Amino acid sequence: MTASHLAAGSRVKRRKRVDFAVQAGWVLASAIAVAVLAIVTGSVLVRGVPALNGDLFTRTPVTFGETGGGIAHAFVGSLVLVGIGAAMALPVGVLSAIYVSELADRRVARVVTISLDVLNGLPSIVIGIFLFALLVVGRGQNAFIGSLALAIIMLPLISRSTQEVLALVPSHLREGSLALGVSRWRTIVGVILPTTVSGILTATTLAVARAAGETAPLLFTTSLFGNDVSGDVGHALASVPVVIFTYSEAPDPHLNDEAWAAAFVLIVFVLVTSLLSRALLARSRRKLERG
Amino acid sequence: MDVAASPCAPASRRRLTDRIGDLALHVASAAAAFGGVAVLGLVAYRVAYGAWPAIRTFGISFVWHEAWNPVTSRFGALDFLYGTAVTSFAAVLIAGPLAVAIALFLTELAPPAVRGVIGSLVEMLAAVPSVVLGLWGIFVLGPFVRDHFDPWLHSWFGRMPLFSGTPQQAGMLPAILILAIMIVPITASVARELLEAVPSELKEGAYGLGLTRWEMVRGVVLPYTRGGLVAALLLGMGRAVGEAIAVTQVIGGFAGIPTSLFQPGDTLASRIAAQYQGAVSNLHVASIVYLALILLVFAFLTNVGAQVIVRRFEPGKAG
Repeated sequence: MTASHLAAGSRVKRRKRVDFAVQAGWVLASAIAVAVLAIVTGSVLVRGVPALNGDLFTRTPVTFGETGGGIAHAFVGSLVLVGIGAAMALPVGVLSAIYVSELADRRVARVVTISLDVLNGLPSIVIGIFLFALLVVGRGQNAFIGSLALAIIMLPLISRSTQEVLALVPSHLREGSLALGVSRWRTIVGVILPTTVSGILTATTLAVARAAGETAPLLFTTSLFGNDVSGDVGHALASVPVVIFTYSEAPDPHLNDEAWAAAFVLIVFVLVTSLLSRALLARSRRKLERG
Repeated sequence: MDVAASPCAPASRRRLTDRIGDLALHVASAAAAFGGVAVLGLVAYRVAYGAWPAIRTFGISFVWHEAWNPVTSRFGALDFLYGTAVTSFAAVLIAGPLAVAIALFLTELAPPAVRGVIGSLVEMLAAVPSVVLGLWGIFVLGPFVRDHFDPWLHSWFGRMPLFSGTPQQAGMLPAILILAIMIVPITASVARELLEAVPSELKEGAYGLGLTRWEMVRGVVLPYTRGGLVAALLLGMGRAVGEAIAVTQVIGGFAGIPTSLFQPGDTLASRIAAQYQGAVSNLHVASIVYLALILLVFAFLTNVGAQVIVRRFEPGKAG
């Protein structure tokens, strides 16, 4: 072998070594991300599960110094806040998606989608401050304002995913219906929407999972609440994330334990719903792509 | 008129309901769509309006004035801008390379089964609520940083002022780590979409020339997606800047300019969140809203900037 052959051989070896090292770096990066997830969920599991008990869901906070009690008011409050928020965001999100995908001309559609993207990119604390300045100052907090904040956060999520599902509806369905002389609205309501119902539902579930864990927009709108279980949206209602937030900084270790238990419930809810809806979304997408 | 020409009454009635239905759907959906646009406009207007008393009192110099004193009613944002800049930039510095590496692993290296599992695990990390991450930051990450990470950094880089001082549980460093954890999954999923859009002919051509995988990535994939990757990092940065809750929980809430990452500090968003119960005067409230206005402007710039970059470098138009 000549010297140049040897040099070429060592160069190839070096290239292979560099290649191996870089790919090992990719694997390591992925391993780090998975490890962080495992550590975070593991800590919540280890600290949250021992603090779980029936009282957490059925009882309200006790006065300082006593032991026991729970955060039933927060679970009920979260249910009310997120439920009303989703009920407001769902119709607006779906209708705006119909407008963008089916009715508007391109330039108008682009203005709307960009605005919704920017709305989605706004820090959630800014949404909270916005409603604080608009509705809370002078009047005081109430749960309806909190629901409104969650609705503003859910709206772009629902609209965007609905647009994506609508874009997957095969155009022959649309064209076939219109060619038969069926009017536009009947085509949309009777032909297109039914094929996207499961997609829209999963998109909504995903948005609900996101909203259920939002704290920042609730701090300024519905955080000064009492300890009773209530569904009255005219007053500030407790919520699971705000309770975790305040209990996490409480000096009482018993409250810290309750924060961990609530975090466990919240994380299980969020992860299960988002995993399930992601799987369903992928399935309905595949179905539409095949159809 | 065509209605008169039609001999069939049900048909004409149907045409009428169709026309009403079309109009109703059009109006309702347009109202919903422009309602969304209007909300964005209203947010911008109301936040600017709410900040007006502070804008009138302090002017634009609020941005670089260093004070946050409710007693003397003197407010400025410099401390929090500094905290925001340092934490977000450092978080992107940590999370950016990790996110791109994860996206490369998922698109170029992992077999399909692994790709599905790891991909959804990374997305699950994005779904962890920030308040839970903050709780973990207070009780697990904070003590770890104080007892192990800070002393370790100190022993290696102790001469740099950035890594000097007493290790503490709450401070800039835990905030940076929490932010990095939060933006890795988002940046990775945007990057992954971009990488998946690289045409396979280009990749196969590069392999055909005898390049190794890394050489192919460096020569074909990265140049092809460069603009988009910058946009992905920008979006991650925007997310880090706006995160309030988890940062409030771990950063320690301190107005001032910390010279060491071990010291507590504050960011724009975390200062807002920390003040939710305690605004004492109108000017105080307006100053908090002013901080939110700065966040709003920044979020607007990063989002629109990312859109512009993505559009300019849209795959297919590049090269």
